Amino acid sequence: MSLRPVFADLEVGQELPAHTFVVTRETLIRYAGASGDFNVIHWSQRHALEVGLPDVIAHGNLTMALGARYLTQWAGDPGALSEYGVRFTKPVVVPDTDAGTTVEITGKILELDGDSRVRIDLTVTSEGQKVLTQARAWVHLS
Amino acid sequence: MPLDTGFIGRVYPATQPYVVSRAKIAEFADAAGDDSPAYRDVEAAAALGYPDVIAPPTFATIVTLEAAYAVVHDPALGLDWTRVVHGDQRFVYDRPLRAGDEITVVVTVESIRSMAGNDMIVLRGDVATVQGEHAVTSYTLLVARSAEDSA
Repeated sequence: MSLRPVFADLEVGQELPAHTFVVTRETLIRYAGASGDFNVIHWSQRHALEVGLPDVIAHGNLTMALGARYLTQWAGDPGALSEYGVRFTKPVVVPDTDAGTTVEITGKILELDGDSRVRIDLTVTSEGQKVLTQARAWVHLS
Repeated sequence: MPLDTGFIGRVYPATQPYVVSRAKIAEFADAAGDDSPAYRDVEAAAALGYPDVIAPPTFATIVTLEAAYAVVHDPALGLDWTRVVHGDQRFVYDRPLRAGDEITVVVTVESIRSMAGNDMIVLRGDVATVQGEHAVTSYTLLVARSAEDSA
């Protein structure tokens, strides 16, 4: 487990370490089963092309889950989020290759409040495109 | 045709109770590649102050998305669900869900707007235990793209 951040040491504007997450077709199959979201655009290239997508795309909620993983690993406590929201702006396109694609996440501290809470803005990209916007969380550091 | 704004404030009946299990939590954490021991090991969760293994922050989507889609399919609302995409998602937490929780979702139509032919509906999902303890509130923005756009 990573060293937990100390609230008193944090500053507004501070950048959090970047992290890269690999997403493959296997990731999508696992997420479909775990979440119960079996929409065909997340596993069938034929159906994805039919609705005008470039290829199979990741579940928006999977990308959101990666953001949650980023935040809670930084906080050192998976129960630390008091609020977390995102806008699904662009799809994460996942080719049928062993390498799949990657999602890169960085974070920046926007605000610190009197209750040991940290407001964090995430930058979430894939293939150089912002896939989530307005990805913001309040993280409670105990 | 724009959606009937008379649906704003409508509250749907609570969903059937869903029991959060240790196995489903581990499966969900595996799917997101998250190896935190607090999702799998009761003692690791206890060290962080939790009475059982806790669920990842977005675990609630298992129940909230299904509850939201039940509303989307309500024929009285008249939404063309084949044109619906998930626009925004936000969670506000009172506490993490954890193994053993028996939860239900009550969906409320928070807002309905039409913009450039697109219908936008925000559904609030209040996730609480059957004992009445509130855990998470989900806000889901669904966008039904105008039929002309998708041609």
